[in-house]
Amino acid sequence: MTSIAKPPVRHPGLERNELGLTRRDYEGAMSTLCAGCGHDSVTAALVQACFELSVEPHRVAKLSGIGCSSKTTAYFLRQAHGFNAVHGRMPAVATGVNAANRQLQIVGISGDGDSLSIGLGQLSHAIRRNVSMLYVLENNGVYGLTKGQFSASADVGSKAKRGESNRQKPIDPVLLALTLGATFVARSFSGDKAQLVPILKAGMKHRGFALIDVISPCVTFNDHEGSTKSYLSTRERMQEIAPVDFIPLTHEIRAAYQPGDALTVPMHDGSVVRFRKLAEDYDPTDRDRAYVHVKEHQGRGEVVTGLLYIEDDAEDMHALNRTIASPLYDLPYETLCPGGAALEELMKEFE
Amino acid sequence: MRVARIDRLFPESPSPHPSTNGRGHADDGARVNDFAFKVGTVNGTGSASANSLLLQSIFRMGIPASGKNVFPSNIQGLPTWYEIRVNRDGYTARTPDFDLVVAMNPATYARDVAEVRSGGWLLYDSSWPLDAALHRDDVIFIGVPLGTMCIEAFAGSRERTLMKNIAYAGALAALLDIDMQVIGDSIRAEFAKKPKLIDSNFTALHLGYDYAREHYACPLPIRLEPMDATRGHVLLDGNTAAALGCVYAGATVGAWYPITPATSLMDAFIRFCGRYRVDPETGERRYCIVQAEDELAAAGVVIGAGWAGARSFTPTAGPGISLMSEFIGLAYYTEIPAVFFDVQRTGPSTGMPTRTQQGDLMSIAYASHGDTKHIALFPSDPAECFHFAVEAFDLAERFQTPVFVVSDLDIGMNDWMVPRLEWDDSYRPNRGEVVTAEQLEAMQRFSRYLDVDGDGVAARSLPGVHAKGAYFTRGSGHDKHAVYTEDADAYTEVVDRLVRKLETAARAVPAPEIRLRDGAEAGIVALGGTHAAMVEAVDRLAAEGVALDYMRIRGFPFDAPVAEFLRRHERTFVVEQNRDGQLRSLLMLETGIGGDRLLSIRDYGGTPLSARRVMDGVHAQLAEVAA
Repeated sequence: MTSIAKPPVRHPGLERNELGLTRRDYEGAMSTLCAGCGHDSVTAALVQACFELSVEPHRVAKLSGIGCSSKTTAYFLRQAHGFNAVHGRMPAVATGVNAANRQLQIVGISGDGDSLSIGLGQLSHAIRRNVSMLYVLENNGVYGLTKGQFSASADVGSKAKRGESNRQKPIDPVLLALTLGATFVARSFSGDKAQLVPILKAGMKHRGFALIDVISPCVTFNDHEGSTKSYLSTRERMQEIAPVDFIPLTHEIRAAYQPGDALTVPMHDGSVVRFRKLAEDYDPTDRDRAYVHVKEHQGRGEVVTGLLYIEDDAEDMHALNRTIASPLYDLPYETLCPGGAALEELMKEFE
Repeated sequence: MRVARIDRLFPESPSPHPSTNGRGHADDGARVNDFAFKVGTVNGTGSASANSLLLQSIFRMGIPASGKNVFPSNIQGLPTWYEIRVNRDGYTARTPDFDLVVAMNPATYARDVAEVRSGGWLLYDSSWPLDAALHRDDVIFIGVPLGTMCIEAFAGSRERTLMKNIAYAGALAALLDIDMQVIGDSIRAEFAKKPKLIDSNFTALHLGYDYAREHYACPLPIRLEPMDATRGHVLLDGNTAAALGCVYAGATVGAWYPITPATSLMDAFIRFCGRYRVDPETGERRYCIVQAEDELAAAGVVIGAGWAGARSFTPTAGPGISLMSEFIGLAYYTEIPAVFFDVQRTGPSTGMPTRTQQGDLMSIAYASHGDTKHIALFPSDPAECFHFAVEAFDLAERFQTPVFVVSDLDIGMNDWMVPRLEWDDSYRPNRGEVVTAEQLEAMQRFSRYLDVDGDGVAARSLPGVHAKGAYFTRGSGHDKHAVYTEDADAYTEVVDRLVRKLETAARAVPAPEIRLRDGAEAGIVALGGTHAAMVEAVDRLAAEGVALDYMRIRGFPFDAPVAEFLRRHERTFVVEQNRDGQLRSLLMLETGIGGDRLLSIRDYGGTPLSARRVMDGVHAQLAEVAA
C-alpha cells in the first residue's frame, strides 16, 4: 500500500466557509480502507465539522495510535500536522502536544483495540488529566488489520465472521468514561452524519477531554448477521437521546433559545449546545442519570446515542496546572532561565 | 611496552593531589583529615539529618569529604548506613576501609563490629550491654549511653529517637574534633524556620559531646583540622544538579513516573520551577509537569511535547527504560527530540533499587527494536550532571533524536564535593533546524526528511506554524518526504541517513577526558561516577610503579579519539559496574578492537566503586598476563 494523494480539483461553485475555504481544503489523502468502511464516514463527518467550524487546518494536530482507525488521521486535513504514535499510546503523545502548545486543536483518532485493550490505561489517564482534546473512538468490535479477532468492545453473543460467539463481557467506553469523570461523553454512529457532525463540533470546542464513541462497522470482518456492531444491527438498536445543535459564538445566540422542551448548555467560550426534544427524564448534565440511562437501555439490547453527558466548566489539564496562557514551546528563553546571578545565589545554599 | 603518546585533551583536574604515601600520617601517629567512618542506623529514625549535619560540618571546615548513603528499599525499620570519607588530598571516592563505625542498630552490630579496620574504633550505645561475643581485641570500643541520656533529657518517644542521632553526632564531634561552632551554625541554619527544634538539637549535641570528652581522650588519632580546600566548592547531589540543568536549559515540559533513584530529580525540578518559573502576581506557571500513569506514558508525553517544539524530559531508571523502549524507537525513527535521564540502579528486573550500578549501558545504546542507536552522555559527578543536562537538550534538538543522560544512584542521590556551578549568561539554546513560517511561505515544497547539507539532519517544522509545514509523522515506513512507503529504496534512503546523522552526533558529544602518564604500560578506561575512584586508583598505581594512561568516556556514539586511545595501547583495562562488561562489549562492537586487548575489571555488588577495587583488579590482571 502506498499513500495516494487526491487530485486537487476545485469546482468553482463549491461552498466556502468564513475562511474562504471549501470542504476540499479539509480533506486528506485518499483512504486505503475497505470500500464501505465506517471509518471513512467518520472522516467525512470530521471534514464537515472542521469546515463548518471554519477551523484553520494548520492549527489542528491530528494524532492516532495504530490500527485501521488510526490510519484515518491521514485522510482529513492534509494541511495539519499528523502523528501516528505507537499502538495504544496516542493519549500520552496528545498530552505532551497539549502541554507544549495549548493553542493547537487536538483531534485524536483511535479504535476499540487501540483504546480499550492495549491503550486502556492511557485513555483512562487522559480522561483523568482532562486533557483538552477531541477523542474519537471508531468502534467496530474487531481487530481489522490482523483479520477479525474479537476486540474488548465485542458484545457477549456477538458472532465472528467464522461463526464463533464472543463470551467475554465488553468494555463500554461510554460507561468507562462516565465512571472516570470524563467531562464530555457521547456515542454516535458512523452512518448518522446528521447526528455525528454537531457532536464533533461541540467536542472540538469543549474545554477538556471530549470522548465520542462512534459505532463504525467493519464491512470486511464484522458486518454479518449475528454481529452486534454491523450497520443493520446498529441502525435497528439505536436510541438517540436527542438531536444536538452546536451554535458557535459567532452566530447569534438568540437562535439557540427556541421554545419547546429543548435544553441549552452554554460552553466556556460562549458557544452553545442545544439538545432538541430531550426525553423528560433525561438530563445530559447529570452524570449518574446518564450512566443509569445507558445501562438500562443496554439491558434491553438498545444502543443509546447522542451527546450523553457534558460538563464544560470543569478545569482542564492546564487549568489544574495553572499553566501560563501562552504556549510553553514558544516562551522566550529569557523568561525561562534564572540566569547566572540566581545560580550564584542558589549555590550558597550548598556551601 | 611502549605506548605512543597522544595529545593531552584535558589538563589534570585541579583538585586531587596525590599524596606520597596515600594516607598522610602526622608526626604523633595521628591521621589528620584522612579517614573514613560509617554510621549504622535503622531507617526512618531520623539519622539522615544527623549524618548530613556531620558531612556538612566537615565540609564547612574546609576539608574535602563525601557522603555515601547505603540505604534499603524501605521506609521504616530496616538497616541503613551512612559512610563519610574525609581526605585532605581530595580523593572522595567510596572506601571500604572504615577507621570508625558507629553502631546504632542492634540488628547489624555483628556486621558493623566486623567492618572496623584492625586498630580502629567502634562507637556504640552503651545504654545496654554489648554482646560479649562481638568483642574484638584489635578494636577500641567507645560506649556512650546515648539512649539513656536522651530518655532523661527528652520527653516523648519520637523526640528521644530523633535526638539520639544528634547525640551521636555530638560524640563524634568530640572524638573527631569537628568544630562545634560550625556544627552549631549548621543546626541554626537548618532549623531557622523551626526555632523550637534548635534548643533540643543543641541539648542532644552536647549530651554526646560532653560525655565523650569526659570519658575518653578526645580527639582520637583520626581527627580533623580546618583546611582551606573546599573554597569554591559545594556539596551537591546529581539529581538536584540535573534538575537545575533542565531549568537552565529552558525545559518546560517534564513527564515522569516515580522511581528510585530518579524521583529526586523531578522533585528538585518541581522545587526549582516553583522558585524560578511561577509568576509572583498571577501564580501562572511557565512549565507543565505530568506525573504519568507509567513510564510508557511519560515517554509519550515527552515525545509529544518535543514534537510540538517544547524542551521536554523524563527522569527514570532501568525498569523505566525497558518500558519506554518502544517509544524510544519511535522518536529515533520519526526524529523527535527528547531527553531521558537514566539514574541507574542495580538490575536486572527490580534488582536492588537503592543500590548503584552501570547496568543499562547496552540497553540504552541500542534501545528499542530494529536498527537503532542513541546519543548518550555519561556525567561523572553532579557538576557534570548540570552541564550535561543542558548539553543534552541542545544535542536532542540539534539532532532531533532521543538523548540519554546516564547517571547512577551514587551520583544522583549522594552529596558530592564539586566546583560551585556557574552559568554563562551568553548561553542560548541550540534549537536545531526548525523552519519558520516565513521560510515555509517561500518554499515550493517542504520535505520533512530531506537532508540538504549532508550532515544527516533534516529541518523540521512545528505544528501550528504554517500549512505548508504540515507533514505526517509516522513510525511506519516513510520516505524523505514523510510519505508512507513500503518501497525498499525509499525506506533505505531514510534509515541510511540516520546512520550519517548519528555519525555527525558522535563528533558533537563531549570528547573523552584523557590523562596520559609518562611511561604508561597500558591504558585504563571507565565512564560515569567511577571517575572519582579511577583518578585515585590511577594515581596510587603510579605511585606503586604501575603507570596507566586513563581515558574517561563522556559520550556515545564513540568519537574517533576513543578508538584511537584503544588502538594505541596494546592492553587497556576496562573498568565498569556491571556483571557482563557492557562497556567493554560496546567498545568492541563500535571500534572493532579485539577483546583480547580489553581486560575487564568489574564491580557490580551495588556499592560505589572504590580505588582499592580497581587497584586489586589491575594487579590481578597484570599477574595473570605475566604468568
